[in-house]
Amino acid sequence: MDTSRRRVLQLLGLSAAALSAPPVFNALAKEAHEPAAAPQIGPSKEALTAKQWAMVIDTPKFKSEKDVEPLVEACHKIHNVPHWDEKRWEIKWLWATHYEHAFTGTVSRRFVAEEVQHRPFLVLCNHCENPPCVRACPTKATFKRPEDGIVMMDFHRCIGCRFCMAACPFGARSFNYRDPRPALKYTNKQFPTRMKGVVEKCSFCVERLAEGKMPACVEASEGKLTFGDLFDEKSKVRELIKTHYTIRRKVNLGTEPAVYYIV
Amino acid sequence: MLELAVKGSKRYYGWMALLLGIAGVGFLVYLKQLDFGLGITGMSRDVSWGFYIANFTFLVGVAAGGVMVVLPYYLHDYKAYGKVTILGEFLAIASVVMCITFILVDLGQPMRVMNVLLYPSPNSVLFWDTIVLNGYLFLNLVIGWNVLEAERNGVHYQNWLKPLIYISIPWAVSIHTVTAYLYCGLPGRGFWLTAILAPRFLSSAFASGPALLILLCLVIRRVTNFDPGWKQIQSLAVTVAYAICINVFFLLCEVFVAFYSQIPEHVDHLLYLFVGLQGKGAYVPWMWTSMALMVAGIILLVNPITRKNELTLIVGCICVFFGCWIDKGLGMISGGFVPNPLHEVNEYIPTLLEGMITIGVYALGFFVLTILFKIAVSVKEEVRA
Amino acid sequence: MNDKKLIVTGLVIFLIIVLFPFWYNRGRAVPPPEVKLTEQAKAAKECVLSKDYMRSEHMQLLDLWRESVVREADRIYTNPKGKQFVMSLSNTCLDCHSNKADFCDKCHNYASVRPYCWDCHIDNPKENS
Ligand code: SF4
Ligand code: SF4
Ligand code: SF4
Repeated sequence: MDTSRRRVLQLLGLSAAALSAPPVFNALAKEAHEPAAAPQIGPSKEALTAKQWAMVIDTPKFKSEKDVEPLVEACHKIHNVPHWDEKRWEIKWLWATHYEHAFTGTVSRRFVAEEVQHRPFLVLCNHCENPPCVRACPTKATFKRPEDGIVMMDFHRCIGCRFCMAACPFGARSFNYRDPRPALKYTNKQFPTRMKGVVEKCSFCVERLAEGKMPACVEASEGKLTFGDLFDEKSKVRELIKTHYTIRRKVNLGTEPAVYYIV
Repeated sequence: MLELAVKGSKRYYGWMALLLGIAGVGFLVYLKQLDFGLGITGMSRDVSWGFYIANFTFLVGVAAGGVMVVLPYYLHDYKAYGKVTILGEFLAIASVVMCITFILVDLGQPMRVMNVLLYPSPNSVLFWDTIVLNGYLFLNLVIGWNVLEAERNGVHYQNWLKPLIYISIPWAVSIHTVTAYLYCGLPGRGFWLTAILAPRFLSSAFASGPALLILLCLVIRRVTNFDPGWKQIQSLAVTVAYAICINVFFLLCEVFVAFYSQIPEHVDHLLYLFVGLQGKGAYVPWMWTSMALMVAGIILLVNPITRKNELTLIVGCICVFFGCWIDKGLGMISGGFVPNPLHEVNEYIPTLLEGMITIGVYALGFFVLTILFKIAVSVKEEVRA
Repeated sequence: MNDKKLIVTGLVIFLIIVLFPFWYNRGRAVPPPEVKLTEQAKAAKECVLSKDYMRSEHMQLLDLWRESVVREADRIYTNPKGKQFVMSLSNTCLDCHSNKADFCDKCHNYASVRPYCWDCHIDNPKENS
């Protein structure tokens, strides 16, 4: 809040100077008068808040690809995630993979319960508590929001160096090798697309949380996914973690993923 | 001194025109890349760095290699190198110019590159790499230029250059160390996650940089009236010989750790490079070629008889140079990214277009190098006459 | 000194090139653009801030909005009159100014600026006519 208010004041100061300068643009400056009181900036009232958002995925409830598709579709549709047939240009925020791929290095590659072997495992950005992608970014275009622990992308700032992609040990990030618009099957006009040359990934649906809504995949999952505050003992995610055996991806790397899997 | 660069023979002008032509073609392809996006390259979601970054990494080594003549001359007063230090410094300048260009062509949004300085992020190794590379460029420009100018005027170089010269020595080490840190600090990339990566980079740098310098000296001997000196070339060749031995030794250390520990995250990348993984192995012939070249380089350069013979010396240097180029270029990049974090094998093959841009950048680098060498050689000829 | 001629010719050519925009546009005064307002915008009477401010400084406001929304998790802007807005280019600005071609582009073309907003943000999100 403080910084925003400072920015507002700065802005007004700047513009006052600009307006008192001789008008360069006849069309643009007539009689100048400034706004009376200082404008305010703040969060919306209905916004959902947390110290560190986290997700619990109840994997036994996912039997086949069919259980996964609506979730992926929901995410990719509302976020204008393009679909390229060319594998190199592939972009995905949320997708399903096999047990041994989701948990490489942690679980056995052979002799796995048959049902588990066929179960689809959803993977997405883990919004790590200690994210290496944020450490790597040379412009802070990828950053961890101190408010709620979401690892965010600032597409306006990203220079497309792809250091974050090398740094993410979960393959959660995609790069726009081309202008994504021609590959959109469906456009949600209320959400921006991306431009070529920037990296993107799951955002834990910040834009929905701000409006008091749960993430799109959680909503579409009909209870298979649970979303909540990891640092709130009474939250639903903590409840599940307390009562179920959960694993996370590559905990040995110390990134502290915030996506938990019930297996 | 710049006027020396425009006074040249027909052959000189023809060569420069050729380089400019190649660079121009590369630039046109780059315009295409700007318009279309990096999709014209073979890079993918899984292998998100490719030929550009591979060449960048290799050339940082060549730039750092220049210190192998600067250090003995200024620090140990090894007088013989007085004739070649300037060449080493100018080679470093041209290499850094290529490095910076490679980074720029690799960016998805090159117009925003200033964001690195607008939002300085000391956490990021890339931020430091920007600083050390530009710093090294600046140091070498200032030092090389002023020392050469002093030589031309027949005086000793200015005293204020001394500290800069001393700084430039550890600075050369730093550029390659920081470049290695780009890779070796990343969790979950087993191939790079090794403390020996920076030393390994440096050893290959001290092999490939001086190897190229030897080749360039031999060219200068042929085409100009300036002789960098057979003794100097021989000293350099010894440096190359030891450095390449150490490089191969480091590589073997890696192989031992990976295969004795049998940790899949470390073994699989090496397996992919040297025998193929999950039925895919585009790099297998390349990697073995690289090994063969480096071994041939060792044999030819360590053995005094072949080292002292001009022809075998040339062959040895070419072996070392290209052996390192494969090993530290695409081998390093592809080996690190394949298999991907989900242990899937998606290979990377550079495309023709990205190859053309790469060649364009090299042409630009050699253009800069030729200008600088022309100036240096002309001054040397002038002083001698 | 027959170099002199060469130098002068070079200088003249240089000046011609450098001054290209001036002689090229000579005598072509383009009248300032008239932007059109949608019915919705006319009905609202006032924008987020005063018209003059918006006319000359909207990019500053947008920059502040984007910084607040993307990086500070703040989404609501209360103007000096106490009216609240969701800080969104697509969903607030372009909802009212749904006629990008007659509104945004007119001025931007006149001033020959090409903001890259539209590479990502989609105009007229609710498809108002
Ligand atoms: S999963 Fe990857 S992209 Fe997401 S926060 Fe962790 S390191 Fe960053
Ligand atoms: S690609 Fe963008 S987000 Fe990723 S490290 Fe580079 S600037 Fe940061
Ligand atoms: S949390 Fe939102 S952005 Fe992330 S995968 Fe789910 S729907 Fe997509």
